[in-house]
Formats: sequence, structure tokens, C-alpha cells
Amino acid sequence: MSDETAVKDKKVRAAVEPTIAKSETRKIEVRHEEPSTEKKTTKVKVDDACAFFGTKQALFSVNMEIAEKEVTAIIGPSGCGKSTLIRCFNRMHETVPTAKFTGDILLDQKSIFAPTMDPVVVRRRIGMVFQKPTPFPTLSIYENVIVGLTLNGVRDKKVLDEKVEWSLRKAALWDEVKDNLQKPGAALSGGQQQRLCIARALAVELEVLLMDEPCSALDPISTSKVEELIHELRQNYTIIIVTHNMQQAARVSQKTAFMLNGKLVEYDATEKVFTNPSNKLTEDYITGRFG
Amino acid sequence: MNPSLDATKDTQIEKPLPFFSQMSQAGFGDKVFQKLTAFFAFLILFLACMTAFTLWHASADSIHKMGWKFLTTSDWDPVQGVFGAIPYVYGTLMSSLLALLIAAPFGIGISLFLTELAPQKLREPVAFLVETLAAIPSVVYGLWGIFLLAPFMREHIDPLLIKYIGGPFFKGPSTGLSLFTAGVILSIMILPTITAISREVFESVPNSYRESAKALGATNWETIQLAVMKPSKVGLLGAIMLALGRALGETMAVTMVIGNRPEVSANLLGASHSMASVIANEFSEAVGDIHVSALAEIGLLLMVITLLLNIAAHLLVWFTTSKFQR
Repeated sequence: MSDETAVKDKKVRAAVEPTIAKSETRKIEVRHEEPSTEKKTTKVKVDDACAFFGTKQALFSVNMEIAEKEVTAIIGPSGCGKSTLIRCFNRMHETVPTAKFTGDILLDQKSIFAPTMDPVVVRRRIGMVFQKPTPFPTLSIYENVIVGLTLNGVRDKKVLDEKVEWSLRKAALWDEVKDNLQKPGAALSGGQQQRLCIARALAVELEVLLMDEPCSALDPISTSKVEELIHELRQNYTIIIVTHNMQQAARVSQKTAFMLNGKLVEYDATEKVFTNPSNKLTEDYITGRFG
Repeated sequence: MNPSLDATKDTQIEKPLPFFSQMSQAGFGDKVFQKLTAFFAFLILFLACMTAFTLWHASADSIHKMGWKFLTTSDWDPVQGVFGAIPYVYGTLMSSLLALLIAAPFGIGISLFLTELAPQKLREPVAFLVETLAAIPSVVYGLWGIFLLAPFMREHIDPLLIKYIGGPFFKGPSTGLSLFTAGVILSIMILPTITAISREVFESVPNSYRESAKALGATNWETIQLAVMKPSKVGLLGAIMLALGRALGETMAVTMVIGNRPEVSANLLGASHSMASVIANEFSEAVGDIHVSALAEIGLLLMVITLLLNIAAHLLVWFTTSKFQR
């Protein structure tokens, strides 16, 4: 962050909210990473995406390329279309009867809207974690993890046992629940439930993980655990996270997209977006001038 | 500014307030409301107890004379003064059970369609229509049963049942006035109850469950099973129990189509009788006090059976859900 901007920020924040005008609240730390030399392959490509609910247009011609095994954060004020966008990634927008979508989304160069693509298969490859943890209330922890597999018809006890342990370990939950696998998933704490939902998504043949404000219902400790987990998962999965929390976006992501009123305003390396945004609107947003 | 309000603010500690300013305090209204509603609630309890007591009192003669035989024998002869309730209990339970077996899948199916699958425009009107069925008086159902359902059963349904299922349960000849017809008419009468309540149960399932099931790649049907039906088990049982309560106590429609013959037979196409209909049929022309007393005892028994079934249902809920929802 340039000194000039930082000073300006402080002034603005101090004028608006004098009580929380401490320097630490304003500081957005960006995890500095050496830009990798190898060119990452594109995992998801959004091509001229427009979405409508009834007659209201929610997305205006969004184009972005999301690299494999990176964390991409989507930030923006409420109602800017960021949730709508990631719900298109696994065709969840189709569950709203009035929703319409034009344009295309490519997963490994293949359109997820192609007639040969079953939304069921798309959703297994592109998993999703929601704002509120949603373990199925009548299922145990064990059953919650494998529910995607049992839907697929996997019945082999040995396979399932292995998958449960593997997924829970991946989701950094195994040590906390390994003795209580038969307990109801709803009995866990909020943060554990959210990691259970992540484990549930990992258990199917996941490639891309969409997270729709995964930490906004969690306390700070649970949040940091989920963020750590995101770092771990990045080694194997492509992660797209929608967040209201700019510090979080800065902490976990390599790329950041800023959206406003259904349009993609800026999409670049996280460090650049937060320290030297090329668009004035982005700068105004991340310095807290609106939103 | 209202001076009395000022007074309540400033002088509260120094001296007791005049009566009317106490009234204006928020706490007073709350207290009255709480007492009033508590009174209403206890009134219900009191009425239930009084009903049970009155029935008990009225059936004292019969209880004294017949003892446990009332519950264990099946002869019902008012002239001889012999009363055994088994055929009536059997008729009531069987017709209600049949009604549940028919209505529960239909009702739950209808409400699943209305909450999960039907186009938005269709949902409210269809739900309204189904619930209107509940407002039709039962004697009207009875008339419909006599004039249309019974002949239809006799000519079209019953012969098919005899031909293709047969066995001890479906034996001819059929008159159309039977346990089975009673079950069918009851099922139509309890359908709105089951539909309305299960629809509300399904609607109360948070949408996030459906979304997470879909996000895991569940099909429509799998989503309904996993995210809608499973969390609704308790509520559905509640819907069924409420419907059972209505079926057990239903009088007019049943008495018009059940045939009114006190008989215990596995044959569902034979005539039968029910507890509520024997009371309705015989009360006005009862021969002697003991007959009236026996009818009162039937009423008491019906009340006890309803209560026991409800307790059983609650225990069932308690045991099946203990693991997760208690």
C-alpha cells in the first residue's frame, strides 16, 4: 500500500468511524508470494457471462480465467452479483425457476452447459460450500461425509470407511471427530460443521471448490481454521471464494476479482488489487469509501 | 407531554403510584395477558378431565355389570343385557388403519408435489382446493358415499379385488357397504389434514438443505429424499397422527357406508360397525339404563384408545429421533 493511500485511508476512516480508527483495522496484509514462473493452466473460463432473474439482469458480460490450483477471491458490496456468479459455476442458478444465463463457462475447455454435460456431474466436479454450514440434520458425521458417494450408489463399506477418513483428514477435522463418527453432524460446532461440509464436498471427485462466504457465520478462531484449510487444499484443488471480508480475501487468495453492480471491475493478482488497484472504483471500495 | 407519564418517571421511588398510572405501566398488561391465556389453557385441561369423568360416571352401571368382559367379548345384545365391545373396536381401528394406508401416501405425495415440484402458479390454488375438502360436512361425504361410492365399489372395484387379490381379506359377494368402503371414504376425509400439515412440514425445511443436496450432485428425487423427507419424519408422523385422530372419531360418513353389523371378520368387503357409529345409531333408542351406560363406556373406550395411540406416537417419535433431534 502506498503511503499516500494509507494516510488518506486513515483520514477517511477516522472521519467516518472515529471509534475504530485504529491502524490495525485498516491494514490489509497481503501474503507475499513470489509469482510462479510456470504458466498455470486455466481451470475455469468464464466467457461473456450474463445472468438474469426474471427481467432483472444480475450479471453483465463477465469474462475471467481462473487458473488451476489457485485461490481466487471474489469481493464486492452486497448485491453486486458475486454469489450469482459462482452459483453459475456449478449450474446452481438453474435451481431458481426464473433464472436465465447466457454466455458460457468452460471447465477444462469444455462447456459445462453442453448438452452432453449433466448438471449432476458438473456439481460433483465443482463442489460448493455455503454461508451457513448445512450438514444434513438426520445424518451422522460419517453419513454426512459420504452422502455424495451413497447418492452415487457406492455401498462398499471398506471404500466408504477409507473415504471418510481421507476426506476428514483433508478437511482437518479427523482428529476432532474420529471417536464420534456416529454422532449427528448437527451436534458439531459451527466451524466444525463448515469443515464437515468441506469434507463432504471433497469426498466426491472434486476438482473445483466454490465457497460462498464460508466464514461469515463463524467465530474468528473457526474462521482462521477454515482459512488454513483453504491454504492446504490449494495444493490439489482450484478454489473460488466469495467473501465480504477483504482481509480474508487478501489472506487466502492469489487472485482477486472485484465486482460492482453485476460487472467485473477488476481482476488481477491479489497483491496488486490491494496495493495498487488499476481502477478507481476498486480503490474506493478497498479503502472503505463505500460498500 | 402527558403529565401522568411524567409522574411515573420521576416519583416512582418516593411514593406509591395512583392506581391508573400503574395500569398504564407496560408490565400490567403483560401480566393480565399472561394470566388470561393461562386460564384458557387450563380450561382445555379442565374440559378434557370433565369429559372423561362424565363418561366414567355415566358408564358406571355397565362397568360394574360387565367388568373386563366388556373388553374381551364380542356379543352385543341390549335385550339380554350383554355388552361386548370388540366388534366396534375392531371396526374403528380397521377402518382408520385402511384410511391411513390409503391417504398417507396420497397426502404426502400431493404435498411433495405442491412444495417441491409444481410450478409456482399452481401451488397455492391446488393447496387451497385440497384444504377446502376439509370444510365439507361429514354427512355430505356420507350421502356421497351411499349414492355414489358404495355402488361404484360394488360394481367396479370390489369384483376386481375379489378376482385378483381374493384370499380371506376380499371375499364376495360384495354389497358395497363394507369396512373397505368406510376406509376409502375416511381416507378422502383425512386427506386434506395430511396434505395441509405435511405441506407445512416440507415448507419449513430450510432451503439450504435442498441447495446443499443439489450442490452435491443429487437429482431432484434424491434431493427430496435426503433434504426434505428425512428431516421431516417427525412432522409427517404428527400429520398422520392428527389424521388418525379424525378417522377414529368420524361418525356420520362411516355409519352410512360401513353396513352397521357388529362382526369381527378378516373380510374387508363384509359389513362392520364402529364405536362412534354404534353410539350415534343406538343412543336415541336405547333399551334401559344399562344400554345407555354401555354406550357411554364405548365413548370412554374411544377416548382412551385415541389417547393411547397418541402416546404411542409420541413414544415412537421419541425413540426414532432420539439420536439426532432430541
